[in-house]
Amino acid sequence: MPKDGGIGASSKRREDVRFLTGAGNYTDDINMHGQAYVHFLRSDIAHGTITNIDTSAAAGMPGVVRIFTSSDFEGVGGIPCGWQVTDKHGQPMQEPAHPILAQGKVRHVGEPIAAVVADSLAEARDAAEAIVVDIDELPAVVDMKAALQDGATKVHDDLDNNLCYDWGFVEENKDAVNKAFEDAAHVTSLELVNNRLVANPMEPRVAVGDYARGTDESTLYTTSQNPHVIRLLMGAFVLGIPEHKLRVVAPDVGGGFGTKIFHYQEEAFCTFAAKACNRPVKWTSSRTEAFISDAHGRDHVTKIELALDADNNFTAIRTETHANMGAYLSTFAPSVPTWLHGTLMAGNYKTPLIYVNVKAVFTNTVPVDAYRGAGRPEATFQLERVVDKAARELGVDPIALRRQNFITEFPYATPVAVEYDTGDYHGTMDKLEEMGDFEGFAARRAESEKNGKLRGLGVNCYIEACGIAPSNLVGQLGARAGLYESATVRVNATGGLVVMTGSHSHGQGHETSFAQVVAEMIGIDENMVEIVHGDTANTPMGMGTYGSRSIAVGGSAMVRATEKIINKAKKIASHLLEASEADIELKDGAFSVAGTDKSVAWGDVTLAAYVPHNYPLEDIEPGLEETAFYDPSNFTYPSGAYACEVEVDPDTGKVTIERFAAADDFGNIINPMIVTGQVHGGLAQGIGQALLENCAYDENGQLLSASYMDYAMPRADDLPMFDVDHSSQTPCTHNPLGVKGCGEAGAIGSPPAVVNAVVDALQSAGKDVTHIDMPLSPDRVWAAMNC
Amino acid sequence: MAQVSMTVNGKAASGEVEGRTLLSSFLRDQLMLTGTHVGCDTSQCGACVVHVDGEAVKSCTMLAIEADGAEVATIEGQANADGSLNVIQQAFQDHHGLQCGFCTPGMVMSAAALLKENPKPSEQEVREYLEGNICRCTGYHNIVKAIMAASGQDVTAIAAE
Repeated sequence: MPKDGGIGASSKRREDVRFLTGAGNYTDDINMHGQAYVHFLRSDIAHGTITNIDTSAAAGMPGVVRIFTSSDFEGVGGIPCGWQVTDKHGQPMQEPAHPILAQGKVRHVGEPIAAVVADSLAEARDAAEAIVVDIDELPAVVDMKAALQDGATKVHDDLDNNLCYDWGFVEENKDAVNKAFEDAAHVTSLELVNNRLVANPMEPRVAVGDYARGTDESTLYTTSQNPHVIRLLMGAFVLGIPEHKLRVVAPDVGGGFGTKIFHYQEEAFCTFAAKACNRPVKWTSSRTEAFISDAHGRDHVTKIELALDADNNFTAIRTETHANMGAYLSTFAPSVPTWLHGTLMAGNYKTPLIYVNVKAVFTNTVPVDAYRGAGRPEATFQLERVVDKAARELGVDPIALRRQNFITEFPYATPVAVEYDTGDYHGTMDKLEEMGDFEGFAARRAESEKNGKLRGLGVNCYIEACGIAPSNLVGQLGARAGLYESATVRVNATGGLVVMTGSHSHGQGHETSFAQVVAEMIGIDENMVEIVHGDTANTPMGMGTYGSRSIAVGGSAMVRATEKIINKAKKIASHLLEASEADIELKDGAFSVAGTDKSVAWGDVTLAAYVPHNYPLEDIEPGLEETAFYDPSNFTYPSGAYACEVEVDPDTGKVTIERFAAADDFGNIINPMIVTGQVHGGLAQGIGQALLENCAYDENGQLLSASYMDYAMPRADDLPMFDVDHSSQTPCTHNPLGVKGCGEAGAIGSPPAVVNAVVDALQSAGKDVTHIDMPLSPDRVWAAMNC
Repeated sequence: MAQVSMTVNGKAASGEVEGRTLLSSFLRDQLMLTGTHVGCDTSQCGACVVHVDGEAVKSCTMLAIEADGAEVATIEGQANADGSLNVIQQAFQDHHGLQCGFCTPGMVMSAAALLKENPKPSEQEVREYLEGNICRCTGYHNIVKAIMAASGQDVTAIAAE
């Protein structure tokens, strides 16, 4: 019987009402009195030396307030990078300066060169066209391997070369791994590309800067997943504004998927310019601008090798990856191909020896950073593809090969530095086999073949590390931030609660699911709990939402704060009931004395806290408000097994998804409806990567896919109905809710299932195709079948 | 500058616009009807869909002066007279047909236009009709389900949300 409220209930989302009636408050809906508009003049050249910028004609054009170039930012810091990776020789990565406006050189198409602030956006755009910029073009560095060759053109003249870092993990295991490959009975190797993607939240980025001269306070309204992080990075490292003079507000945010984590130049610019112009300054990205200024995702080129013994046990994995950083280091870019990728290479398998090498490379392209899954999809894709290829080479069932090598005992310490607390990989695979109706596949394939189509079945597993992250651990790994989360629970006199969380909701439904948790703990109606997020002025310092961390870390902080509330409320209740505190029980919103019929309602206790006439003032303070910060002791490890069935049209190479089943283990679930929705969205993005999406540059560094006419976003008729299950639940052992996180699983787990299915379909027709690089567009599939 | 007058959500609205002012800009910036969203610049995403004289229109692709004298309906005017959600809006909430909410106004307006011309669409018909509306959050599963439910069809056979 489904619950009708609290933990485990599919409560309808309260935030939906405002979104469905046009009453949302997105950043572009915010307009300040007297605001000016900024238009950025962006480079249309990938690489070159700026020899001259002449703004004189533009400055005199109608409506122009002021034109900014890099000379206006002398003494202002550049955009900082939040993670320093140490290379395999123990040296820190090469870290270039990242100016707000291009300084001396342009390094990617889209880099802002000048900014025109004007009374209207049209006037700003018109004036930008009158700015004369002379650039001596340099050869564009686009291909990662060419970028590392001796004599290659350097993206950054002041760095040694284009290598950001050469990372080895675990370096001490390298010789043992190599030995295992020499001793292997079978080695399967695969070279593949994890295609560059653009996150494309439907709401483009927006920033509105405001400055109050009377109090010397700056406010930035921005489309961010983590307003406190922006306040810290921009205040401390870029503009030199102390946090108590800087407020960052991220109101309703229309999707993030990682790309709204990072601190961008436009945010710093609008904050800076509002003070310089003494007017609010607003920037709204166009979609084309988003393609050339939002951080991109993925873009790895990898060789993976899997060693097996004579009994088909995995004995070692060795990988070599080139990871594109783009022209500058975005906020968390260095961590993605390293600590969010290398640590996941064990996957669901008890492979004893693993060595991961990653070369991070600077190129004349837009910076690359975290996109839904961030490192974990790249790890999962290569591992699950090579396992599938090994099964085909060995002539064994791919599911049986996986099951044979599953980790079955927990906790499990992997050879790549992480310890899985719980999981049941056979359990999720059992569930998948049931959902996928694999027995019926042969009949479905026969039916497809009757219709002239090829049918394939692809299966894979995944593991991910979420609930990011233990601060002391990530500090050792190079993070320049803590990764705790916070919550303040404020109980009002009449019993209603406000939870002020450092997490941020931009589609995840926290306003509903977080309220369910608190309501369950106290035993009150969910509607008595309000969730406040997104404004540094009224929430405690928090690290925001990414890495499927909100309920696991932010939810845990909220639980701890609520526990403090309950403990204090029990003291008040014991006073009111004239009973021992140890005998006070809280149930269904009332405090009672165990074994008696004496009780006092929640609202009477909260009223007493604020009208303390009859109150233990000698023992406790009035009021009922508590804050907790929660720092996790480990990551969480959601896992699952996915199955995809495709049809391939042999005449055109077009692939259609016929069935998709996802069996996930997210630990405990707060709101099953929301969790299922998160998986749906992740699957769509993963299938989009596998079949449709590709961020393509030409050899001159021109972005070829800079609009929705060119970048193939998944549309309604590209996707099937999904079959999603999360009844396999092995609760997390180290957080109070036993939750693991669900936001990224779909995007992590689905690409290999799709590619495995297409390879299966082609091989069923006798085609000797072992791999096709994503996206599996009709031309690529057709070419693979016909060459 | 030109004077435009139209009826928006049943009320008279007018303003001074430039020749290049888009209907989406007029609605958002002058009438402060910010429920209509702009998610792209190539008429692809559909977040800006409104109804003009009963037809679904991408308001980023129509000049405000072209709507002079027209009846325009936006997301702000869709709820029932008592303020409660209409059938389509309610179905989106019931079936979790939205997450971040940014594409939602366009989805609801497109769904209303679809159901007007095809009161009982099949799943495939819904998917094809939504070609011009991009959602990045939901994978469309629950949007399609919500629209079919709003049409009065039984959606219990579609995998549960």
